[in-house]
Amino acid sequence: MEEKEIQDELASIRNLMERSSKFISLSGLSGVLAGVYALIGAGVAYNIIYGGSATFGVLYSIYGLAAIALAVLIASLVTGYILTARKAKRRGQAIWGNVSRALLFNMAVPLVSGGLFIFIFLYHGHYSVVAPTSLIFYGLALVGASNFTFTDVKYLGLCEVVIGLIAACLPGYGLLFWAIGFGVLHIIYGSMMYFKYDK
Amino acid sequence: MKVPFEKLDKAFENRLRLQIMSVLMVNDRYDFNSLKELLDTTDGNLASHLKALEKEEYIVVHKSFLGRKPNTNYESTEKGKTAFKQHLDALEQLIKQQKAK
Repeated sequence: MEEKEIQDELASIRNLMERSSKFISLSGLSGVLAGVYALIGAGVAYNIIYGGSATFGVLYSIYGLAAIALAVLIASLVTGYILTARKAKRRGQAIWGNVSRALLFNMAVPLVSGGLFIFIFLYHGHYSVVAPTSLIFYGLALVGASNFTFTDVKYLGLCEVVIGLIAACLPGYGLLFWAIGFGVLHIIYGSMMYFKYDK
Repeated sequence: MKVPFEKLDKAFENRLRLQIMSVLMVNDRYDFNSLKELLDTTDGNLASHLKALEKEEYIVVHKSFLGRKPNTNYESTEKGKTAFKQHLDALEQLIKQQKAK
């Protein structure tokens, strides 16, 4: 066997191990866009809370904020799905396979439980838990999902958890930390991933 | 120093078998169809190499049904994992020796 042949063999083994156990088609660009949406959403939310529209009453604000959060979430998911599907197609990886299923399941467990937890507390009138709790549960979801995709996702998850914990210590600054966690961190991380893997 | 060609596992001489084994090293179980898609090969070719690995006792087969469809899963055995690691070590040795020349 020639050295070149052995090198090829080892490269193909490494490639298969990664492709069969990790979903490597996540798009970095969709992270950047999700961050931009979150920042826009935070800006609009800031206007609702601190701007003139407070005259419409507290209830209006709550519904307005919930609608913004939902719009940001849906826009991010749709963008993420489109860009990831495009990248998966280019790389010849199936978007719906064993690995992406495991990835989604591992993300869904903490996200759904966190979401329900937040709704229960909102129902009881504890609005201050929203920002820290959503950051912490989202971070945990990322750490859990990182076994099935790029390891870098783990560090993003840990940063989200830390920011969530800081936000919990400083009530009243929820929106600011929310904007940092979901906006700024996504943009930084997304552009890092874009230059590292998408190029 | 002698080139340790004899340390290379005969069962892994075929590229596809080595590839099957590397997939089963990092996944607890993998089913036939996903394996076929991943390795981009034909039913017959994949089945015959899986059979060969099964005969060496490097993998075990789990057959079950998903509704009415048969679903065949494969899992690597301890023996298979050890053999795979030794094979990789041998490949590494070969590279080192060729670099030393």
